[in-house]
Amino acid sequence: MSIEKRVDDIKENLDFFEDELQKYEYIIDLGKKLEPLDEKYQIPSNLVHGCTSQVWLICEQVDNKLIFKGTSDAIIVKGLVYMILKIFSGSTIDELKDIDMDIVHELKLSEIITPNRQSGVIGMIKKIKEYALKA
Amino acid sequence: MFKKDFTYFENSDIVYLDNAATTQKPKSVISSQVEYYEKYCANTHRSNFGDANKATLNFENARKTLRKFINADKNEEIIFTKGVTESINFIASSYAKDFKTVIISSLEHHSNIVPWHIQGRSLGNGLEVVKYNKNLDFDMEHFEKLLENNPKAFVSITHISNAFGKIYDIKKIITLAHKYEAVVMIDGAQSLAHMKIDVQDLNVDFFAISAHKTFGPTGVGAVYIKEKYLKDVKAYQTGGATIHEVDFNSSTLLDSPYKFEAGTQNIAGVIGFAQALEYINHVGYENIETIEKDVFKYLNDELEKLPNIEFYNDISDSIGSRSFNFKGLIHDDIGILVDKMKIALRVGHHCAQPIMKALEIKGTIRVSISFYNDYTDVDKLIIALKRALKMLED
Repeated sequence: MSIEKRVDDIKENLDFFEDELQKYEYIIDLGKKLEPLDEKYQIPSNLVHGCTSQVWLICEQVDNKLIFKGTSDAIIVKGLVYMILKIFSGSTIDELKDIDMDIVHELKLSEIITPNRQSGVIGMIKKIKEYALKA
Repeated sequence: MFKKDFTYFENSDIVYLDNAATTQKPKSVISSQVEYYEKYCANTHRSNFGDANKATLNFENARKTLRKFINADKNEEIIFTKGVTESINFIASSYAKDFKTVIISSLEHHSNIVPWHIQGRSLGNGLEVVKYNKNLDFDMEHFEKLLENNPKAFVSITHISNAFGKIYDIKKIITLAHKYEAVVMIDGAQSLAHMKIDVQDLNVDFFAISAHKTFGPTGVGAVYIKEKYLKDVKAYQTGGATIHEVDFNSSTLLDSPYKFEAGTQNIAGVIGFAQALEYINHVGYENIETIEKDVFKYLNDELEKLPNIEFYNDISDSIGSRSFNFKGLIHDDIGILVDKMKIALRVGHHCAQPIMKALEIKGTIRVSISFYNDYTDVDKLIIALKRALKMLED
């Protein structure tokens, strides 16, 4: 499945909820589904810059694909991490090198999260791209 | 009961509980701004036509109003600034920089920490910090030791902590500091919104004041400078309206307050600030204190019923702000969710990172009330917090 298709799927799910609090309930539920990240990876070098809350993101290469894992100390941000991982994890290095996506706009996140947290989401994308460029 | 005096509450259904950040403005303050801009907008202390004279007169009347309000002795002792941050930076750089030691408390806002770092001071190197006791109380014994070891220090202490609502006994602090020949500045950012200040009774040397936290406009504040220090405080900035005479060789400055108020001032803001003070006089501190004490206690009682809540001080010697966390939760999550339920409060470190670090927390959820808040506001807050907690539970 392409990155664009995965973005559309998440967007469709978010659009299903008209009420902002329901959207947040959905995001919180996604956060609860996020696979735990071993504490040994929760170190400064894995931190994502730009996040109000702490977000750790790690990367593992399997053939020509990158698998991402991550977590946050804040529950709502965990939900955002889940969405980002769902969209980008498992994509090929070539796909990730070229990502030039205004994810905040694509997912209409500006309607529900503050500019501070938007820059956290943008920070996650930047880190993913960095991993791809180094791979 | 007093919300009717504030246009904001007519236009907004937000439960406003972020008064330590800024207060709402009564109609009289807003209309004074509009009146200045619509009816007599002119610069002060320069031109001599009718509107300019009226603007100057109202500006100087505002100085008199503030002087009387805090019971200063002379108009020259009242200097308008753009806020407490500027007031502290002004005194730090124009007067206190030559002091060997500056003493602050553990509960200071960044605006009373960073100006001292900028001067090259650090802990134990020109800067000393008074410890706090259990319940975030000011450690008076430690303070006295610091004064003994650092005679003739400059003491710069907050009156009411913006982060925790803790009130320090500034009269006792000032008296003790003077015993060791220290000079004292009080950060009164949170003070005037909650209680009467009498600078002569306190015998304070410098007192920093915020307008926007006192129902006045943003971008205005003041600093009270006791007359005996006026000649020793250097001009912070220079320019228009501060000058007695200039040639290309040298300049001579006017006397206080004018030598400290360079450039065109926030004229509408200062005039509006005086209106805010008149409004407080109209409501009366007795009413403000009674209402706030009552609502603050109700707030505390209701918060205490919530599961896993953690406070850092009890409500003795506190007013305005109540800071807390819920075990296992990041304050940010609560802030996001209650915002969507139309509750305005602040989460984070509240520009007081050192005390947060000392308490080993990243920040708190801070509810800060004013006299226009009521039980209904508290009830709505509690409903929102309960719903947020339910959403976040495993």
